[in-house]
Amino acid sequence: MTPLESIRGFVQDNFLFGEEITFSDDASLLEQGLIDSTGVLELVAFLEEQFGIAVEDEELAPENLDSIDNLMLFIERKTPACTSGAPA
Amino acid sequence: MLAPIVHRGPDGQGAVALGGTALGHVRLSILDVSGGTQPMSNEDGSIWVTFNGEIFNYIELREELIRRGHRFATKSDTEVIVHLYEEEGEDCVRRFNGQWALAIWDARQSKLLVSRDRLGVRPLYYAVVGNELIFASEIKALFTHAGLPRRIDLVGLDQVFTFWSPLAPRTVFEGVSELPPAHHLIVRNGRIETRRYWQIDYRPKAIGIEDAADRLLELLGDAARIRLRSDVPVGAYLSGGLDSAVTAALVARSTNASLRTFSITFDDPAYDESAYQQRMVRHLGTDHDAIRCRGADIGRALPDVIRHTEKPILRTAPAAMYLLAGLVRREGYKVVLTGEGADEMLGGYDIFKEAKVRRFWARRPESARREALLGRLYPYQQAMLGQSLAYRKAFFHVRPGDLSDPLFSHLPRWELTSRLKRFFSEAVRAELAGRDPLGDVRALFPGEGMHPFCQAQHLETATLLPGYILSSQGDRMAMAHSVEGRFPFLDHHIAEFAAELPPRWKMLGLDEKHLLKRIADRLVPEAIVRRSKQPYRAPDAAALFGTAVEPLQLDYVDELLSPQRVRDDGLFDAGAVARLAEKFRARRAIGVKDQMALVGILSTQLLVEQFIHSPRPASVVSSRTETVPSLAPAPACHFPCTSETH
Repeated sequence: MTPLESIRGFVQDNFLFGEEITFSDDASLLEQGLIDSTGVLELVAFLEEQFGIAVEDEELAPENLDSIDNLMLFIERKTPACTSGAPA
Repeated sequence: MLAPIVHRGPDGQGAVALGGTALGHVRLSILDVSGGTQPMSNEDGSIWVTFNGEIFNYIELREELIRRGHRFATKSDTEVIVHLYEEEGEDCVRRFNGQWALAIWDARQSKLLVSRDRLGVRPLYYAVVGNELIFASEIKALFTHAGLPRRIDLVGLDQVFTFWSPLAPRTVFEGVSELPPAHHLIVRNGRIETRRYWQIDYRPKAIGIEDAADRLLELLGDAARIRLRSDVPVGAYLSGGLDSAVTAALVARSTNASLRTFSITFDDPAYDESAYQQRMVRHLGTDHDAIRCRGADIGRALPDVIRHTEKPILRTAPAAMYLLAGLVRREGYKVVLTGEGADEMLGGYDIFKEAKVRRFWARRPESARREALLGRLYPYQQAMLGQSLAYRKAFFHVRPGDLSDPLFSHLPRWELTSRLKRFFSEAVRAELAGRDPLGDVRALFPGEGMHPFCQAQHLETATLLPGYILSSQGDRMAMAHSVEGRFPFLDHHIAEFAAELPPRWKMLGLDEKHLLKRIADRLVPEAIVRRSKQPYRAPDAAALFGTAVEPLQLDYVDELLSPQRVRDDGLFDAGAVARLAEKFRARRAIGVKDQMALVGILSTQLLVEQFIHSPRPASVVSSRTETVPSLAPAPACHFPCTSETH
């Protein structure tokens, strides 16, 4: 599974409870109503576990986490080796 | 009709047939225990009343009526209603200081008056079946009528999953209406009319803080004093918070007798307030009892709780109140005073603070100092504390146009709650497509022209207070165990006084209930006055699935959330519910939204199980609660009519 598939799968299962993702990869997860005050923490727990990264407090920002595109770029910065499509 | 609501009045029953009209009553004896039997009439039998509640100023009204030549056969407040109605007709309720759901049959005019108290303390539901009007304190009594179909009202469900409660007159059952607070329902010549007889007029006037504090203390003292009128012992709740502490202190000040107090404590320190409760117990020297509430206790009680709420709930907090009322009753008490209403009347809720900060920030969004105030919201929510400012800004965002919207204060809450509708089944979503629940609240409770702080109070007092706080968490949990709640802060003199206060005296800066704290300094320890506000909450997911250390499996949870059952009942998406349940079982769900979804879905499924599928009236089904003698007078009536509601 690619990082993109993995992230999309997490969003679909965890925030949409199986419903198809109908928004684009650059759409805000906040504006879609998918993330509440604790959703970010669930997201971070997933990223840390799935990609073996540590997310610092100052990185908890929409520009890193608030769309599938932003998440991909963030993961790319944190784990350059992951972005080629290799399994995490 | 009376059997299903006998918990509201285990001390006696009465019924009278008056031609085409029948009135019934179950009694919880509190005033004039030996007299006061209902339904009650005047001397010539031309006026009959059935009444649930208390008229606290009945002594003063009785003296006045005696001076006007009326003769009394009892010392009850019920008889005061009869005679004051003789004098003043339906306007008599304007003279009442109390909490009531009542029906008066006036044979002279062939007129039925059904009335509910100003703020919705006592419940009242009705339905028109063919050419009959039936009404009762609880819906389960109406469902004894074979002609009333049992179906979920999807618009009512939509409102629950937006506002936490249906907006009266709507309920979650098709064909069943709730008489809104401060309304009369009048039946005459076969026509039904409903009309409002009172409302809070939010019109702030100039008053100095010291004068306001003195006046509030005087009003609260009176409100507590008349709420101690009872021929049975009266206790008080101590939550650990300011409102119940002030209430208990006022009670203690008004009586020489030893005060009995009751509390809930939780195993989970995130919810437990026992240190503050004990502080008040020591301060007042009360005779205190507490019920230790574990998550599993809540999970096991939830089916009984929903049978009494008669609507879905989104958090489990009512269940702990249900368990507390059970303790009160086991200790031999029928009446408790509590602090409900202080947050609504005097500006205590976080939603008021949140709205103030959002409004202040939105006026100058570039101000770093203003946006930093967002960090002072919800300090008790651990997840929120871990939030970066960037996310806080996103959560509390203000869109163009929001500032001028009378619903401004409540939009974030209602938007968050509405997201739970993702779990509705495709069929339900299709049925509700295009509906705007906010349009319902705009139509019912327009707040244009009010001060923004008053708009927020107005919305909270009109929606959540009667629909959830006083109902699901209040009357229904207490009455399940035959316990009557009394609420000094909801005395209408206090409501009217508070509506005229300058908003800054309610929340000075971000100091909530500022005026109340001024007088609380004179009544309770400083540690209680100065503590950070802690809203009453109870465990949700842990109550249903346990914890990692102590897992819990409840058969009814597995059954009602099973894909087959969810699919058969048709209200929710079976796959989505299965994933949600799996998220909880795997202990991956930590968010408020998920917890609300879980409790909302499960409680709706319980409602369907107990009210739609059940072949008999739900409360007749044998259960733990049925073994506990229960509560206060509950009118029930048939009346032939045709329906026309205004």
